[in-house]
Amino acid sequence: MPLRAKVATSVSRTAAALSRAAGRGDGSVIGGWIGLKIDPDLLAHLSTGRAIALVSGTNGKTTTTRLTAAAVGVLGRVATNSFGANMPTGHTSALAKAGSTPYAVLEVDEHYLAQVLEATEPHVVALLNLSRDQLDRAKEVAMMAQLWRAALVQHPDVRVVANADDPMVVWAATPPADPARGHFPPHVSWFSAGQRWHDDSWVCPECGSTIARKNDQWWCTGCALRRPEPQWTVEDDGVLDPTGAWHKIQLQLPGKVNLGNAATALAVAAEFGVRPVDAVSRLGTVTSVAGRYAQVDRDGRNIRLLLAKNPASWLEAFDMADEAPTLLSINARDPDGLDTSWLFDVDFAPLRGRQVLITGDRAYDLAVRLDVNGVPFQHVRTFDDAIRAVPPGRLEVIANYTAFQDIRAELDRVN
Amino acid sequence: MSTESLRIVWIYPDLLSTYGDRGNMLILARRAQLRGMPVEVLEVRSDQRLPATADIYLIGGGEDGPQALGAQRLLADGGLHRAVAQGSVVFGVCAGYQLLGTSFFAKGTKCAGLELLDLSSDRGPTRAVGELAGEVDPRLGVPALTGFENHGGRTHLGPGVSPLARVTAGVGNDGTTEGAWRGKLLGTYSHGPALARNPALADLLLRWATGIHQLPALDDTWAERLRSERRAAVAAAARA
Repeated sequence: MPLRAKVATSVSRTAAALSRAAGRGDGSVIGGWIGLKIDPDLLAHLSTGRAIALVSGTNGKTTTTRLTAAAVGVLGRVATNSFGANMPTGHTSALAKAGSTPYAVLEVDEHYLAQVLEATEPHVVALLNLSRDQLDRAKEVAMMAQLWRAALVQHPDVRVVANADDPMVVWAATPPADPARGHFPPHVSWFSAGQRWHDDSWVCPECGSTIARKNDQWWCTGCALRRPEPQWTVEDDGVLDPTGAWHKIQLQLPGKVNLGNAATALAVAAEFGVRPVDAVSRLGTVTSVAGRYAQVDRDGRNIRLLLAKNPASWLEAFDMADEAPTLLSINARDPDGLDTSWLFDVDFAPLRGRQVLITGDRAYDLAVRLDVNGVPFQHVRTFDDAIRAVPPGRLEVIANYTAFQDIRAELDRVN
Repeated sequence: MSTESLRIVWIYPDLLSTYGDRGNMLILARRAQLRGMPVEVLEVRSDQRLPATADIYLIGGGEDGPQALGAQRLLADGGLHRAVAQGSVVFGVCAGYQLLGTSFFAKGTKCAGLELLDLSSDRGPTRAVGELAGEVDPRLGVPALTGFENHGGRTHLGPGVSPLARVTAGVGNDGTTEGAWRGKLLGTYSHGPALARNPALADLLLRWATGIHQLPALDDTWAERLRSERRAAVAAAARA
């Protein structure tokens, strides 16, 4: 590593430690920010000599990254950005902090995939899904798929692990080959993780025709784009691997969506030579991920935290949550997106019959939504009020990003 | 009303439903049902024929490609023009508002609109993203408009339409006026579930559709709280 990179790495670690000691944060961004100021190529320097996997998509990145790091851990030490700091500063911090490791598994914000592909030259990239998320600042879904596609064309050696159930992902992962110009099709290993949310992929990104669906299958009615045959699938409470062997998955994380994330993790780890049979037990060691799925006991209530940032992830959260009193909290600060329109893309009907409490900066937007949805609710000002309003037992908390962080802070930054 | 029930059609949700657009259909149906009106809602996809006999047609927002495709298919279908000729109500939001005009820009190309409203749209110098507020045309008897806008277009109104509102915050059509209306056709840049924050606008559409001038009042406590909270937020941002 060049001297400048060494200095930058050391300063970066110190800054992260200072940030943690000062209680200003978990240090997962500031260290990288300072390191990159000293050496703009620091991320590339820190990546050299490591076999790297990138994990990107709208939903499930943090959890899938954690599961993948656990699976790849079969082979040796793995550096990872497990706090959800998923932009280049976060990657730089994570690699600097980890020191020399043979492997790294990095969660990547979908907007930064091209840049991080370029800097880290990964062995494999996992593409999970693309759906509407914070449209007031994020790229629209089709544009995002186009950016991914253009980035993958530049990196034909990268092995791709991609979701066969999401037409936008399939299109992004299969750029047209043009051997004369040095463009070869990437090697793709397809997984099927199921997809509850379909409303961003009714129109073919290739030709604009309607996408038809029947059972698990989907196909474009106007061109050749269709669901590829997946090599990795979820079946019952386990995963079928490409050889046809079935592996029972025992997770400490709830919901079918996490079984899909486990399948993805096994598929990515397999690209490094990890056999699923060796990795499955490690998946069961993952408990909560940066507070997601964390359980805290307080005043006789067992509080479970579920993060839901956009329509697709709300559908998954309702699937995971028990039939129990449920607190919903909505903010619309910068990291959440300032626009609450998406609330009307979510059908809250599954909550009927449960005691529903609402809070957060934008509780009134949610109140109007629930009113229209015919879901009775009670508005509470504080988290403590919510706890007092429910009987002892399970309290499910479903919140979007900063609302989730606020509640995590109330619970002493539970991880 | 055309039949014994109020018929609401959501046009092309497969193309024009970027962010919560479904809300307008749900809100209209809910407000009609709470007043004891039987309601029929119909989502018509872009590969289906558009029925010409509904009472209210809703067109939502969308990306450039789907917007251009939506306009082409509506022109070819002709159903919406027949419905308008028969006196149906049309509510267009964002891309759905633009395509009611004579022309709009999508992916850098000028596209033909439906020519149902005397207005045309082009690209503005910047994208308008944020809170939108305005004083509504007093003839409509509706309190101040509040919404969220997210669009790159600017819309120029011809003499055949009236602005929906005078802008007090945000951009709307051009920083001065926002939206447009003529007869029973109304469009706005207040995107997504615009009616969630504007229940009186929802009731205006219902009055137009049913011909009932005095609709029973509903409990709009939460919508009123949301409106005053948003009004306060816009005022605070203006002071900052």
